[in-house]
Amino acid sequence: MGGKRILTKYMKIFILPIIAVGIAVWVVSCSKQSESSTASAAPGQMLITGAGSTFDYPAFTKWFEAYKAVNPNVQFNYQSIGSGAGQKQLLNQTVEFGASDAPMSDESMTNAPGKILHLPVVAGGVAIIYNLPGDPKINLDGNTLAGIYLGTITNWNDSKIAALNPGVSLPNLPIIPVHRSDGSGTTFIFTDYLTSVNDAWGNSVKKGTAVQWPTGVGIGAKGSAGVAGQVRQLSGAIGYAELAYADQNKIPYANMKNAAGNFVAPTPDSVSAALATAKIPDDFRFSMVNAPGDKSYPIAGASWVLIYQQQKSESGKELTDFLKWAITDGQKLSPSLDYAPLPDEVQQRELKLLDTVTY
Amino acid sequence: MNAIAINVNRKSSGVSHFGDSTFKWLTLLMALSVFVLIALIGYELFVGARPSIQKFGWHFLVSSSWDPVNGVFGALPYIFGTLVTSFIALLIAVPLSIATAVFLTELAPLWVRQPLIMFIELLAAIPSVILGFWGFYVMVPWLHDHVYPLLRSSLGFLPFFQGADHGPCILSAGIILAIMIIPIITSVSREILRSVPGLQREAAYALGATRWEVTRIAVLSYAKRGLFGAVILGLGRALGETMAVTMLIGNAPYIGWSVFAPGQTLASVLANEFTEASDPLYSSALFHVGLVLLGVTLLVNALARLLLVTFAGPGMKPQH
Repeated sequence: MGGKRILTKYMKIFILPIIAVGIAVWVVSCSKQSESSTASAAPGQMLITGAGSTFDYPAFTKWFEAYKAVNPNVQFNYQSIGSGAGQKQLLNQTVEFGASDAPMSDESMTNAPGKILHLPVVAGGVAIIYNLPGDPKINLDGNTLAGIYLGTITNWNDSKIAALNPGVSLPNLPIIPVHRSDGSGTTFIFTDYLTSVNDAWGNSVKKGTAVQWPTGVGIGAKGSAGVAGQVRQLSGAIGYAELAYADQNKIPYANMKNAAGNFVAPTPDSVSAALATAKIPDDFRFSMVNAPGDKSYPIAGASWVLIYQQQKSESGKELTDFLKWAITDGQKLSPSLDYAPLPDEVQQRELKLLDTVTY
Repeated sequence: MNAIAINVNRKSSGVSHFGDSTFKWLTLLMALSVFVLIALIGYELFVGARPSIQKFGWHFLVSSSWDPVNGVFGALPYIFGTLVTSFIALLIAVPLSIATAVFLTELAPLWVRQPLIMFIELLAAIPSVILGFWGFYVMVPWLHDHVYPLLRSSLGFLPFFQGADHGPCILSAGIILAIMIIPIITSVSREILRSVPGLQREAAYALGATRWEVTRIAVLSYAKRGLFGAVILGLGRALGETMAVTMLIGNAPYIGWSVFAPGQTLASVLANEFTEASDPLYSSALFHVGLVLLGVTLLVNALARLLLVTFAGPGMKPQH
């Protein structure tokens, strides 16, 4: 009985006000929301929806904000739900543009209800991060990296690693390779690189946003934060993460040997250099790993915006205008976010492709 | 007077009949809605999984190849991981929870009881992602540095405690699961022990039983069915737990003896791969994994109930 009485007392003192406040907040936020949604439906206002890559999300957020100065009548709603989901939503025509870290497969392209255009909007490098006592700066090449992730190179004092790092004292420490356990564009770029430089990798694991990692080798962690956190905690660990992530969290990363034989650090400049020398076909579905050029960083990839060539929604013109702005003026914002800006030549070719869009 | 009284009686009984039947149908409707919900979820999962079911069939359950690049899928390592982590969790949580519940109902003085109950309920309110973060940054490094080496040196002759240990592993996931299900099992067990009639205890005392004997004979054996139910509730949560497990299990498919090896569960593979699964067969295989998870949960529950009937007998129902 005593317990019950205390309970009713508590109800009166705490629970009822909490419920009241909760309802009040709900009502207020609902009315606010309806205000903003009526605002977007007002004449002259356009709402453009997109979905996809989480890798692009920081760039989009910055662009949407900056684009208000160019055209204040356009509003954006971008859901960073992953490249795969972005492609699906575009195919189902529930969004006006998708964003993906991997180009769409031929199968999906032929099954699509219209012709889909690929527009590279950002390019970024994937840094090879590691945790070694004393934080020495190390060099690696593609075959060594493939050996580590295939489980054939298992210790930091392996002669293959030592040969790339004269003068660096490498400890006798087991290597713990850490990979992304969730599907990811970063994994696509990483495995795309290993596939292009190492036959053993290309014949077994191959490339994809999620792959079957060799059994018994290392551990998987969710998200860039998970990989970086795991590498930081485990002495002897090696992993891969977007350059921005490694940079902002001050995790040491390796210099990678590029196609020209130079050891290059991942920076927006070295990724831009790779973009400039990469062979880019007219449909822009290209891979820029192991690009030629003295200064090119080899593990890099682009991220694409996907749109239908035949725009059906009434905001088709606004979307095209925005994309034209993003691949030209918008690129000036990229380096501050650790993305590589698109070279002029690529920008011009993309503008030409955007001119073929009908609405 | 008499007639009026009868009249009133009839009237009120008529009203209460109407109320009773409404009440009955309403509660029946509510109870059915749970059933319908599970059936709907099962149906939707089946529809999503159909391409994968058609392609792999029963082979899906016994194959350990999960290769999104070549479109070959099998869920055996994930089924293994789910069962093993849940088993470890129960191994740790059940003795701890039931002992806590016994202490709270039988032994603890009142001033300890209330705060302790509050803390246990607080533990239940911690979101799993917070437990995951805590586990990732605090618990696992600590276990890796202090506890696992100890286990290896003292029990290393057992196959369970051999092999490389990187921190995140099946045992780490089992321990975080144990932490998550302890509050559920404890709270439910406490309620069940409380419902054991006082007469039961007094009778045992009267026969000259010690406190331990009273607890064992009069309380625990009286309440064993209910306690078993509490454990099943905890098991249900352990089987389906996603976020914290994903952060601590190391996410590499594994079947073997070592609890230091990284593993993967049905729920963690879903959490990891669902967002980026663009290929239709790939996403269908993930639906299939969801269907298997539902199946495993139902099967484990059914088995547990079968065990209960076989070993505990029909038993006495707690009286209210």
